[in-house]
Amino acid sequence: MQNNTKKIKFIVPLISVFLGLLIGGIIMLISGYKPIEAYVALFQGIFGGSYYIGETIRQMSPLILSGLAVAFAFRTGLFNIGVEGQLLVGWLAAVYVGIFVDAPAIIHIPLAVLAAGVAGALWGSVPGILKARFKVHEVITTIMMNYIALYSTNEIIRNFMLAPGERTENVKESASLASPFLQSITEYSTLHFGIIVAIVAAVIMWFLLWRTTLGYELRAVGFNQHASQYAGINVSKNIVLSMAISGAFAGIAGSMEGLGTYQYMTINAGFTGVGFDGIAVALLGANSAIGVILGAALFGGLKIGALNMQAIAGVPTELVGVVIALIIFFVACSYLVHWLMNRVNRGGKI
Amino acid sequence: MEYVIDMRNIRKEFPGIVANDNITLQVKKGEIHALLGENGAGKSTLMNVLFGLYEPEQGEIFVKGNKVVNNDPNIANSLGIGMVHQHFMLVDKFTVTENIILGKEPTKGGRVDLQTAAKEVQALSDQYGLRVDPNAKIENISVGMQQRVEILKTLYRGADILIFDEPTAVLTPQEIVELIQIMKKLVNEGKSIILITHKLKEIMEVCDRCTVIRRGRGVGTVDVSDSNPDSLAAMMVGREVNFKVEKNDAVPKEAVLKIKDLVVQDSRKVPAVNGLNLTVHAGEIVGIAGVDGNGQSELLEAITGLHKVHEGSIHLRDKEITNKSPRNVTENGLSHIPQDRHKHGLVLDFSVGENMVLQTYYQKPYSKSGILNFKPIFDKAKKLIEEYDVRTPDAYTPARALSGGNQQKAIIAREVDRDPDFLIAAQPTRGLDVGAIEFIHSKLIEQRDNGKAVLLVSFELEEIINVSDRIAVMYEGKIVAIVNPKETTEQELGLLMAGGKRGTVHAE
Repeated sequence: MQNNTKKIKFIVPLISVFLGLLIGGIIMLISGYKPIEAYVALFQGIFGGSYYIGETIRQMSPLILSGLAVAFAFRTGLFNIGVEGQLLVGWLAAVYVGIFVDAPAIIHIPLAVLAAGVAGALWGSVPGILKARFKVHEVITTIMMNYIALYSTNEIIRNFMLAPGERTENVKESASLASPFLQSITEYSTLHFGIIVAIVAAVIMWFLLWRTTLGYELRAVGFNQHASQYAGINVSKNIVLSMAISGAFAGIAGSMEGLGTYQYMTINAGFTGVGFDGIAVALLGANSAIGVILGAALFGGLKIGALNMQAIAGVPTELVGVVIALIIFFVACSYLVHWLMNRVNRGGKI
Repeated sequence: MEYVIDMRNIRKEFPGIVANDNITLQVKKGEIHALLGENGAGKSTLMNVLFGLYEPEQGEIFVKGNKVVNNDPNIANSLGIGMVHQHFMLVDKFTVTENIILGKEPTKGGRVDLQTAAKEVQALSDQYGLRVDPNAKIENISVGMQQRVEILKTLYRGADILIFDEPTAVLTPQEIVELIQIMKKLVNEGKSIILITHKLKEIMEVCDRCTVIRRGRGVGTVDVSDSNPDSLAAMMVGREVNFKVEKNDAVPKEAVLKIKDLVVQDSRKVPAVNGLNLTVHAGEIVGIAGVDGNGQSELLEAITGLHKVHEGSIHLRDKEITNKSPRNVTENGLSHIPQDRHKHGLVLDFSVGENMVLQTYYQKPYSKSGILNFKPIFDKAKKLIEEYDVRTPDAYTPARALSGGNQQKAIIAREVDRDPDFLIAAQPTRGLDVGAIEFIHSKLIEQRDNGKAVLLVSFELEEIINVSDRIAVMYEGKIVAIVNPKETTEQELGLLMAGGKRGTVHAE
């Protein structure tokens, strides 16, 4: 039986992906594009060469981290919709340390990543404190904190860190995650060392949740606050901690952009979307560390492949957005997929 | 002989288990038929099959002589089968009438015709002697009356076969007497009743026949007049059951719990516990008798640190634990079998093993410098599972998957194993069958004999009288009398619980 449920856990996302592609194909047909050609281009755009693979992995790093942030909070019973904002403050903190601190790379990089984590943790702990003390729902406060983060970081860049081009200076080389070696083996993609940070973070999340007393407390509080309180666990403390740790993951996701992909921070006209994509990644990955990595791979792959789909098959990236949305839709309605599977298994009988 | 309900050789499987295996249940018109079985024996599954929620793998169902195929819940309704649920399905803010007509509202010119409905409800209520005020709001009426509203709901929908799912679990002794009269009246008016229960006393009192199931199998159907509680219990459990709680006289020693002038306010700032004094000694079981809502929950929460104490003091041995954190209180030697095992007792999504260390996970050997040590955790869990006969596939199974009785055994294993000075047992046997009750009572008495202080809170007067060495009657937030269980009766306790006076009250 256990084997069976494990199998289903694995199959449902697969079927969801398939259904998303299928219906996406139908929509392309209706809109006058060639779905087969488009999907071939999509596939080639993900696996068609080391450059594409490098780009996909680069895209994955912040997605893994923002997915971990959402998944971690969710495991402890909280909905962190504020990953986007925590990511922005983390990005700024990483870039700040990257620009204004002088240190050898071995210290400078960890310091900048750490600064991003701390900034994200502080930003995330605010809704945690509000929830623990005043029972304010974290969904509302985290959403609002996103806007505060967006406009505050913009204002700080504008007033203190502005360089030509509506952005900050580049971070110092000693703080950069960019790697000429990784770039050279991937036909000069923008791949950087961030993926290592992301995978280490995934291992940390797993270890923290499942191997430590802190994780035991956090999960207990997530499942049942009353029983946790009865058992002597400090529920308020754990809510704040959970949001802080979640925020730290989100902040480090920001450092991926700041120290890796871009090397600087721009004045953002709007949200990056990476934080919100984290919600979908966590959902796709069933809130487990390994699942988040796989979900981020799918998500990152589709995003990079979409570029090729547009270039070769002339399909607009918006349509790829539709396909991604459809996949998430079917994962979210896994009940529907279960039902379909049952129907098929029963030979079409209702 | 025509049966109103005739379920023949029902078999229902779930992945891995056979929940119903060849069970036959035949109910005659106009009888009260008991369905008796342990927790997890398959009673609910059988009723869900009858209601069409589950499709049986084998067997046939006839209702009033007509074969029912592939039935769904709406068909059960239209066949005149109604269910009085254990957990009431009522909208608190609605009136009695609004609740009863919900889903079947009579309308006049597009609007709900409440006046006609209220009259109908009143008429039904009078016909069956249910004494329900059609215009009262649910939140303002007693639990007993809420249950009568549930009965009215089924009658209003034209049910003539009523299923009562453990109806007395939530009632006071007086309300139970009333319910039994109502059931008799219903049968006299031509209804048929299936009573799901594991209370043998009620079966003896009210039922005509009794069908017993044990671990999913039908054991048989007997005439109640030909049987006695012992024989029914033996059929249900599969062995002889000892009803008389075997215990020697208590040898109370020093005081362990001392409560002085305790005042605890509820969420509306009204004192729920109002100047309460109580002492529990090592080597005795003190039972608290009282109608639900007289401050028992607040008292327990105040002792365990879950609720703020307004005034007064609580001492555990020589340490003051007034307004200390739950962890502090636990570390000072308190164990607590909570009243609501799902809300407080267990993290249902945790494995049985993880639940076994709910208060001790941070201590050695279960963890070291913040890292959990799973081997000692699950070794401990396996030992407790064995020792307390917790029926679970293994220690890694989520607590949610266990039956109520086994969840309770797991909690008791955890709490007793911590070897506390003072053990609180709140409703420790609620909803459990006789076999499990026997086990739990013997464990409480074992604790007492080992020189521990035990505080038992229960709404089952029989349990209070049988298990306690002293009974403290709680009324409106105070202990109004301390009585000797050997010198009292359920009637006298019932009177004291309702605020009545007694000739020979032993003040402490």
